[in-house]
Amino acid sequence: MVDLSTKLKDLELQNPVLTASGTFGFGTEYSDFIDLDSLGGFVVKGTTLEARQGNDYPRMAETPMGMLNCVGLQNGGVEHFIEDIWPSIKDCKSVPVVNVSGARIEDYVACSERLAELEGLKAIELNISCPNVKQGGMAFGTTCSGAHDVVSAVRNVWPRHLIVKLSPNVTSIVEIAKSVEDAGADSVSLINTLLGMAIDVERRRPMLSTITGGLSGPAVKPVAVRMVWQVAHAVGIPVVGLGGIMNANDALEFIMAGASAIEVGTANFINPRVTIEIIEGLKAYCERHGVTRLMDLRGII
Amino acid sequence: MILRLERVEHLPSGWLWLILSQADGSLMPMMNPGQFVEVGVDRSEVLLNRPISIYNRTDRTLELLVAPIGRATKALRDYEAGDTLRVIGPLGQGFRSDFAPGSKVLLVGGGVGIAPLYYQACELVKKGVETEVIFGMRTAPDQAIIDRFAEVCDIKVCTDDGSAGFHGLVTAHPDFGKAKDYIQVCGPKPMMKACLKDAVSRGTEGEVSLENMMACGLGACLCCVEKTVKGNVCVCKEGPVFKFDQLTW
Ligand SMILES: Cc1cc2nc3c(=O)[nH]c(=O)nc-3n(C[C@H](O)[C@H](O)[C@H](O)COP(=O)(O)OP(=O)(O)OC[C@H]3O[C@@H](n4cnc5c(N)ncnc54)[C@H](O)[C@@H]3O)c2cc1C
Ligand SMILES: Cc1cc2nc3c(=O)[nH]c(=O)nc-3n(C[C@H](O)[C@H](O)[C@H](O)COP(=O)(O)O)c2cc1C
Ligand code: FES
Repeated sequence: MVDLSTKLKDLELQNPVLTASGTFGFGTEYSDFIDLDSLGGFVVKGTTLEARQGNDYPRMAETPMGMLNCVGLQNGGVEHFIEDIWPSIKDCKSVPVVNVSGARIEDYVACSERLAELEGLKAIELNISCPNVKQGGMAFGTTCSGAHDVVSAVRNVWPRHLIVKLSPNVTSIVEIAKSVEDAGADSVSLINTLLGMAIDVERRRPMLSTITGGLSGPAVKPVAVRMVWQVAHAVGIPVVGLGGIMNANDALEFIMAGASAIEVGTANFINPRVTIEIIEGLKAYCERHGVTRLMDLRGII
Repeated sequence: MILRLERVEHLPSGWLWLILSQADGSLMPMMNPGQFVEVGVDRSEVLLNRPISIYNRTDRTLELLVAPIGRATKALRDYEAGDTLRVIGPLGQGFRSDFAPGSKVLLVGGGVGIAPLYYQACELVKKGVETEVIFGMRTAPDQAIIDRFAEVCDIKVCTDDGSAGFHGLVTAHPDFGKAKDYIQVCGPKPMMKACLKDAVSRGTEGEVSLENMMACGLGACLCCVEKTVKGNVCVCKEGPVFKFDQLTW
C-alpha cells in the first residue's frame, strides 16, 4: 500500500491532488465524470462579497500549449455560495476550499468572516493575485506591504486553515511569500496565471475583450516549478504547487520541487477525469520506484 | 468516450462528414438535437477540445459535420476510418421539439450551422411537425447534405453568389416570410440576428443556437458567456440554444 496522504500544517488531505479555482466550477459540474470524494480537495470558483458579472466576451484565447482568460471573477457572491452551493458540497470526503477574492481589504474581511460561520469549511484560499479585474487583488499581491495587510486583516477573522494564492507577476515571489507567512498565512499556493496577451492579426484586434489576460496551461509549467522550488526553500509553511499540471509526472515535478500538495487547473477542461488519472499515476509511480510514502519525495531537489 | 471513426467522407466543399461509433462497442448515449460534443483532436497542435454539434445520432453511431477552418478542424482532415477520437458529451440544452402535430416549424441554417438542424428535422418530422429548412451558403453547398435533408423534409437553398438555389440572403427568401409557428436558427451571428429581428417583427417565436468560443464545455470555466436577460450565462450549459426573448440582441 502506498501512502499518498499529505498535510498542510494541521489540514489533512487523503492525497495531494486538488483542483484549481476557476477551472472546476463548484465541483458539481464534474460529478458526472469523477467521484469528488476521491480527490484530496477541490478549490471552488473565486468568490467575492457581492455578485459579479465578470468581463465581456470574448474571455478566452488559445495560445501555444496554453490559454489566456479574462473571466474576471464572475460569481454569485458569498451569500449565493452559502445558501445554494455549500449544502451540496459540505459533506464531501475531500476537502472543499473556497477561493476568496475582493477589490478592497474590507471586502476580503467581510467575505471571510461570513465563510467562517460555515463550521465544516476547513480552509479558504485567499486570491491576492487575480490579473483580470481592476484591483482584482493583484494590487495586493504585487507588493509585500499590500500582501501583508490583506492577509493579516483576514487572519483576524478566519480561524481555520488559510492558504494564500500568490501572483507570479512580481519581481520576487519569494519576498511576497515571506510577507504573507509573516502575516499569518498557514500555507501558500502558487502560481496564479501569468499576465499575457494575444492579437488576432487578421482582424487587427486583441483576442480578449480586456486586451490582456491570464495565461495558464502547460506553457507556464516551467516558470511555476521554478517559483515553487524557490518559495519552498525560503518559507517555513507548506507550499501548494500549480501551473500547467497535465499528468502525474508534472505533479511529481512540483512535489520534488517542494510542494506538499498540487492543484490541477486547465487540464480539467481537456480531460474531466484528469485528477483521478493523476492520483492513479502517483500511486503507480510510487509502486514502480518502491516509494511507500509519496511525501518522502517532497522537496528532494 | 473514446469513439472510433467508422467513415470519413471528404465532401467536395472541403467539409468533413464523420461517422463514429463507440470504440468498446457500447451503445451511443441518448442525445437531443441541438446538443453538442467536445472533441479532442490530439493529432493537432491545439490543447483544448473543440465543440461540434450533433449532426445525427443512432443507437450505434454519432455523425458530425465539420468545416475545416482552423488548427483543430483542419487536423481532422488527416483522420481515417479506424482512428479514434476523445469525445465528451452530449452537452448543453438542445432545440425545443414539443410541438403539436401539424404545427409549422422553419429551420434556418447558415454555413456549417446547418449541422444540428438535420437531427432536429428528423425529430420534428417524427412528431408530425410540418418542417421546412432554408439553408444559406456563400456558394453552392454539398449535394450530399441537400439530398439527406430532402429525404425527410422540404429544403430550400440560398447562396450569396447565386451559384445554387435562391440568389440572396435567407431572410430574403420568399419562404422565409411565410407564416410559421416557430423558427429555429443556427449560423453566423449576423445571420441569426437578422432572422431573429425579422421573425420578432412578425410576432413569430423561435430559438437560435450560439457558437461562442469554449474552453471546457461543462459550465466550469465561464469563458463562453453570452449576455442575456438573466445577465451573463454560459452558452455551453444553459445553451447553446436560446429562445429569442432570452437574448439582448
Ligand atoms: C456549440 C457549438 C457547436 C458547433 N458545431 C459545429 C459543427 O457542427 N461543425 C463545425 O464545423 N463547427 C462547429 N462549431 C464551431 C467549431 O467549434 C469551431 O470552428 C472550432 O472550434 C474551430 O477550431 P479550430 O482549432 O479549427 O480553429 P482555430 O485555429 O482555433 O481558429 C481559427 C479561427 O476561427 C476563429 N474561431 C474559432 N472558434 C470560433 C468560434 N466558436 N466562433 C467564432 N470564431 C471562432 C478563431 O478566432 C480563429 O480566427 C461549433 C461551435 C460551438 C460553440
Ligand atoms: C478560466 C480560468 C479561471 C480562473 N479563475 C480563477 C479564480 O477565480 N481564482 C483564482 O485564484 N484563480 C483562478 N484561475 C487560475 C487557476 O486557478 C490557476 O492558478 C492557473 O490557471 C494555473 O494553473 P493551470 O495551468 O493548471 O490552469 C483561473 C484560471 C482559468 C484558466
Ligand atoms: S466553455 Fe467553460 S463554461 Fe462554457
